[in-house]
Amino acid sequence: MDDLRPMEREVDAKDIKFQCRDCQVYYGDMHAIKDVNCDLEDKTVTAFIGPSGCGKSTFLRCLNRMNDTLDVARVEGNFHLDGEDIYDKQVDPVQLRAKVGMVFQKPNPFPKSIYDNVAYGPRIHGLAKNKAELDDIVEKALRRGAIWDEVKDRLDAPGTGLSGGQQQRLCIARAVATEPEVLLMDEPCSALDPIATSQVEELIDELRQNYSVVIVTHSMQQAARVSQKTAFFHLGNLVEFGDTGRIFTNPEDPRTESYITGRIG
Amino acid sequence: MIDATANNASEEPQGKTKTSLLTENARMKARNAAEKRFQYYGITAIVIGTFFLVVLVWAILSNGLPAYQQAVVKMDFTLTQEQFDEAEAATLKTRVYTGYFISALEQKLNSEGIEAEFDAVAIDRILSKVGGEIRSFYRANPDRIGEPVTFELPAASRVDRYIKGGFTREDLTSDNRFFHQTDFDLVDALVEGEVIRSAFNWNFITGVDTGVDNAGGAGIGASVLGSFLMMLVVLCLSLPIGVATSIYLEEFAPKNRFTDFIEVNISNLAAVPSIVFGILGLAVFIQFMHLPQSAPLVGGLVLTLMTLPTVIISTRVSLKAVPPSIRDAALGVGASKMQSVFHHVLPLAAPGILTGTIIGLAQALGETAPLLLIGMVGFIARYPDSFLGGFEGPNSAIPAQIYNWASRSDVVFTEKAWGGIIILLAFLLTMNIIAIILRRRFERRW
Repeated sequence: MDDLRPMEREVDAKDIKFQCRDCQVYYGDMHAIKDVNCDLEDKTVTAFIGPSGCGKSTFLRCLNRMNDTLDVARVEGNFHLDGEDIYDKQVDPVQLRAKVGMVFQKPNPFPKSIYDNVAYGPRIHGLAKNKAELDDIVEKALRRGAIWDEVKDRLDAPGTGLSGGQQQRLCIARAVATEPEVLLMDEPCSALDPIATSQVEELIDELRQNYSVVIVTHSMQQAARVSQKTAFFHLGNLVEFGDTGRIFTNPEDPRTESYITGRIG
Repeated sequence: MIDATANNASEEPQGKTKTSLLTENARMKARNAAEKRFQYYGITAIVIGTFFLVVLVWAILSNGLPAYQQAVVKMDFTLTQEQFDEAEAATLKTRVYTGYFISALEQKLNSEGIEAEFDAVAIDRILSKVGGEIRSFYRANPDRIGEPVTFELPAASRVDRYIKGGFTREDLTSDNRFFHQTDFDLVDALVEGEVIRSAFNWNFITGVDTGVDNAGGAGIGASVLGSFLMMLVVLCLSLPIGVATSIYLEEFAPKNRFTDFIEVNISNLAAVPSIVFGILGLAVFIQFMHLPQSAPLVGGLVLTLMTLPTVIISTRVSLKAVPPSIRDAALGVGASKMQSVFHHVLPLAAPGILTGTIIGLAQALGETAPLLLIGMVGFIARYPDSFLGGFEGPNSAIPAQIYNWASRSDVVFTEKAWGGIIILLAFLLTMNIIAIILRRRFERRW
């Protein structure tokens, strides 16, 4: 449990990237997210923790409007990205998702070559004028995804032929290739072994230099290792939100304390 | 916890008798017997099925293969310039050519020491229109006059059947204008002299339907073309319409009562008897829209209506089988709904869609009932003049032609019907093999 000890963490006052107020999500009759308010800072890793079914993934999917694809989901409240309401009628979710990239729980590379996996986003958004530029973007993204050295000689090989950890890093590279401002990660390490997990965690820390990262995780140790801010969800409520060090050492709410000490969840 | 285990351990042995693993208990015996029984049911079913399949294939091949063989008369023949001029000057020109042929035949039989008696009428009975054939050849190729030419002429249908064994001396009760008792001896002699032999019947594959007087000359070529044109219409209409419909219903349409209603209707349409589609086509395409009767275009339209539900259902199943994670991945990098469908979902569903379409086409290819109603069972004795004209000109289809032949009284036509079934099955087999190959080639794993 060394990871849970208070560590020196730089928690400067930073710009607020995402401002969420009075957020409600309904799945049919079920009230999945209740009155959630939180501010996600720029260039910070924010971890969402909580027991299964507490709504952390649901809330994450609100941030790039992935819940729109579910017919039964209904989202209410204010979600402001850099001061703009992302649920405004004029906002095209497609444009939003280019700004707010997402990495999923299960590695899901396209059944195409490694190169095409990464190049797909830049291609559809028209980020490259020619082949050379696209090559640069792909290389940069794969380097950021910390997978370049492993795949540089076989960019034509299918992305589905990589190992699980490599696939997930490829998905991260794919997500950063479109130059997003926010990166959402929905339990990115749950399907990975410890070594791949630590690689991805290192990567998340590096990504913090450029992006605001939101990560959903079941592992409290992981939250403590990678994040600066932690939000604890329970039964659809945001119970506690604050600096990671404080949440893990000195939680204010008894439910948070019960969860991190293993009594609930 | 410890107490509970201790209690259990002390109580259990009293209620239970000790059993050995080496002997089967009664329950296990019954279960094993049930398993064995079930396996025997399965094996019996497979054996019965295989037996019927073998009988079917044997029946088709044994009845149909003779249609691909034809008795031909093979003769080396040389015509001099003088003979040509003389024949062309005569009144009954073909009669003169027949005379030349007979003298050539006599020479050949004499040189091989075979005795046979025949006259021009007998030759006419055995080799209908031999003079005409020779004359038209030399008129078309005057430069071949004076050099030896090998003729292969089709023998009359009774000769053909006699050689195949379907027509015997006992079958001919009295001499008629088609055949005499003495002709059997002549044919035997000609077979011995290797003048008459069996050859592959290309005419059956490339030829057109004939009347009852020339049953042996009937071919299935025109109907194959008719079927091909129809399949072209079906493919060009049902694939785009069916795929577009399924993509809309599966990916874009809101789920409400109206789309549910449409879905139920599509499933029901797949089970509607084909004759209903036939009468619909008759009423709508021919009587209301005044499209030409008996045309492959109309046949194709009717079969499209019939194939659409199959294509739509199989396409929707393959779209559903694409894992949602691929859609999420595409949407996650900012692809629009349509981009995610066309760039990622559709390529993954393509093998299933193609397989479904080909199976739908194969079904349509074998369909006869709707064609009866729109008049595609007519007597088609020539090929269409042009490719496009073939769509609106009258034509038949393979199954309709088979039906047509099977209902004629001459046994030669019955043989042709079986032969046509072989062609139909060959097409179906080819299409299914293409479907399997496409599925293997385009299938991707993730």
